[in-house]
Amino acid sequence: MAHVSTADHKQGIDWNGGNQPFKASWGKLMMWFFLVSDAFTFSGLLITYGFIRYSHNAYLGTAEAFKFSLDYWPLPDKVFEAVPFAPHGFHAPLVFVGIMTFILIMSSVTMVLAVEAGHRKDRKDVEKWMLWTILGGATFLGSQAWEWAHFIHGTDKGTIDAVTGTVINGANLIRNEYGPTPFANLFFFITGFHGFHVFSGVVINILIFYNVSIGMYDRPNRKLDEGAEQYEMVEKVGLYWHFVDLVWVFVFTAFYLI
Amino acid sequence: MAEHAQVHAEVHGHDHDHHHDHDHDHDHHEQSFISKYVFSEDHKTIAKQFLIMGLIWAFIGGAMSVIFRLQLGFPDMNLEFLRPILGTWINETGKLGQEQYLALVTMHGTIMVFFVLTAGLSGTFSNFLIPLQVGAPDMASGFLNMLSFWFFFLASVIMFASLFIETGPASGGWVVYPPLSALPQAMSGSGLGMTMWLMSMSIFIASSLLGSINYITTVINMRTKGMSFTRLPLTIWAFFLTAIIGVLSFPVLFAAALLLIFDRSMGTSFYLDQIYIGGEALHNQGGSAILYQHLFWFLGHPEVYIVLLPALGITSEIIATNSRKPIFGYHAMIGSMIGIGFLSFIVWAHHMFMTGMNPFLGTVFMFLTLIIAVPSAVKAFNYIATLWQGNIIFTPAMLFSIGLVSVFISGGVTGIVLGNNALDIQLHDTYFVVAHFHIVMGSASFFGFVAGVYHWFPKMFGRMMDAKLGYIHFWITFIGIYCVFFPMHYTGIAGFPRRYYSHTGFDAFNKFADLNMFISGAAIVTFFAQGLFAFNFVYSIFRGRIAPENPWNATTLEWTTPRVPGHGNWPHGQIPHVHRWAYDYSKPNADKDGFGDFIPQHIPLSQTPNSNTEHDMAHSHKAQHA
Repeated sequence: MAHVSTADHKQGIDWNGGNQPFKASWGKLMMWFFLVSDAFTFSGLLITYGFIRYSHNAYLGTAEAFKFSLDYWPLPDKVFEAVPFAPHGFHAPLVFVGIMTFILIMSSVTMVLAVEAGHRKDRKDVEKWMLWTILGGATFLGSQAWEWAHFIHGTDKGTIDAVTGTVINGANLIRNEYGPTPFANLFFFITGFHGFHVFSGVVINILIFYNVSIGMYDRPNRKLDEGAEQYEMVEKVGLYWHFVDLVWVFVFTAFYLI
Repeated sequence: MAEHAQVHAEVHGHDHDHHHDHDHDHDHHEQSFISKYVFSEDHKTIAKQFLIMGLIWAFIGGAMSVIFRLQLGFPDMNLEFLRPILGTWINETGKLGQEQYLALVTMHGTIMVFFVLTAGLSGTFSNFLIPLQVGAPDMASGFLNMLSFWFFFLASVIMFASLFIETGPASGGWVVYPPLSALPQAMSGSGLGMTMWLMSMSIFIASSLLGSINYITTVINMRTKGMSFTRLPLTIWAFFLTAIIGVLSFPVLFAAALLLIFDRSMGTSFYLDQIYIGGEALHNQGGSAILYQHLFWFLGHPEVYIVLLPALGITSEIIATNSRKPIFGYHAMIGSMIGIGFLSFIVWAHHMFMTGMNPFLGTVFMFLTLIIAVPSAVKAFNYIATLWQGNIIFTPAMLFSIGLVSVFISGGVTGIVLGNNALDIQLHDTYFVVAHFHIVMGSASFFGFVAGVYHWFPKMFGRMMDAKLGYIHFWITFIGIYCVFFPMHYTGIAGFPRRYYSHTGFDAFNKFADLNMFISGAAIVTFFAQGLFAFNFVYSIFRGRIAPENPWNATTLEWTTPRVPGHGNWPHGQIPHVHRWAYDYSKPNADKDGFGDFIPQHIPLSQTPNSNTEHDMAHSHKAQHA
């Protein structure tokens, strides 16, 4: 039985030791495992979102008749409909967050180009594409800050709290005009946690951009770990950056689409 | 005599790393004390740091259990004599305070589960053995490995400091369920102590993550030539799977802890809903306390196997070595560990049968839980089959390993009882649960820990521990833990709840006063018997008999290193290649090849023409063509 697989064994991964089975240096493997674990943190948070949302009432009426109320989960179309510089009262559901998402995904594309330039050891190109990536990340963060500010400020009318009879304007961690308290709690926590990841990513990208621009990765006598490439740090931060993008797709889906 | 002379030569030749001997060598570049012993990036030093921190915590955690056992076993006793240590924790009547009792129980659990049996056990043996047994000069990243220890150290400092603050440490049980833990006004133990608990645990999770990704990466990328996964010692398989489980489960606890921090400090309502406390209605609405339990136990159950698997790996190695037999069912052992690891992620709700969950869902979780009995039984029978007709050498490590098999079976059997969601109605949160997990998880892992220390001490410190003290230590501990935990099953079946300050106030439980006194007496004896181990450990580091390079005649690679391996593990970077699995013990015809009852992993098949089996040749053929 042991002989059967001899022929196709050559094609597969070589597990016999003394090599790198996945043809990846340990640094890259570690980044992958870190991302797997971070994915579980986000999964825990998004499952929390699902759990709490499921335990609240859904809005069952028509979209036209929708009004904010503390009794049911709000429709995202009605919460996130503002756009900067638009006239007051202008309704553009999910337009702004769509632009944000587009910018973040484009920054992933520029990151791919930076990594590709790194494989060619083309320092100028790496610098260019890293800079675009940093700009994209910073723009996303700025947009998120605006989005948060608008969410915190709230609508003109506000919502009446049926228990106390007071009018709630906007949202914070304790009160929330858009719907049940946990809606705002979760929004702030999960988009904040993601935003913190983006922020860390931008900071790390800036550090790597600096290393690239002083020529650190071009030094011929630089000591490399086994199997690592000259510009491997760019690839590693690239992995992180793509992960942050990918997580946003899920966060975006949870808060804005469903 | 020749062997003795060789050993003596080793002392002078290879002892750069051993600071307790007085003959210093100066042929290697000198490292400062700080970079050699404090902020060391060498996996062996980091392992020893984890070991010593783990042992310190073990004694603190054990001492706590003795104190609350005094309260439970001797409720009328005057504890005034503890005032010099405990201060105001002893109240005016000379008794342990009720809140302090809860604090001790909580801290005992937290310390033992996380700091001793996770960081102490995995941190010590994964760090020490992974590079040595897979044939690597060090961990993949020495720097992250060092950070892992210092994060653990920082977490330890915060947890330790929380013992001394005025409001006391966290007191809501080691699971820190909200809303009790989320509301600082609920009790003094939910105040600053709880905040520090959460800070400490968050840092601890970072430490665990840094360690785990290092272990996984090292096993994948740094195995020496010929060390395929099916030639790995079972220790490495166990540490590898433990690290994977840790990477997948700890982040969920991290998410849960962050949400709890927000509920406590920022006014959010993730776990809180409709609460009146002290006559005042809180603003919190819409959260769910059950949610915390789900998130917590998604870590909490795999955590049981994070604690247990390394101990089982160590046991596999020690039992095979000291039975002078190949481990029975090597592939079945790997398969069952993978099975246990996988199942550990889909059984968490068996801790929550009494939360009002749908009984059908409970039955599903019961079914999945009971399936764990299958791989566990495979392991238990394989240990017994390995021992069967073995040429058994009763070293202290071997005794503790056999002890592990014993407690693993007796604790596992009660697990089948508890996993049943109907029986859990009676048994939930009683001393039956306490008995179960202290035997199967606490004692078994502790036995694995101690066995590992006895077994690898010669490689760690270059000296032998005293075997006679080890035997006495084993027999008192082994009999002791059965005397402590076995009677708890009876009080548990009778319904006595865990975490109660006193049982004398209830007619139903008064009749257990004698039994409780017996348990406490046994606990005190068992605890103080650990002093023998501590003495043996410290004494042997400095004064123990000089160890030979391979004292147990074992096959694995760490025994091919010098008596005390230096930086890089093998001198001059000469890492041996591997040509066979780790369990060539008592191979037929090995004597014709000039070997005794073991053939180390680095001996090529060409040197052993008489003892090679057909399977050996087929396997090497395959490896050559790969």
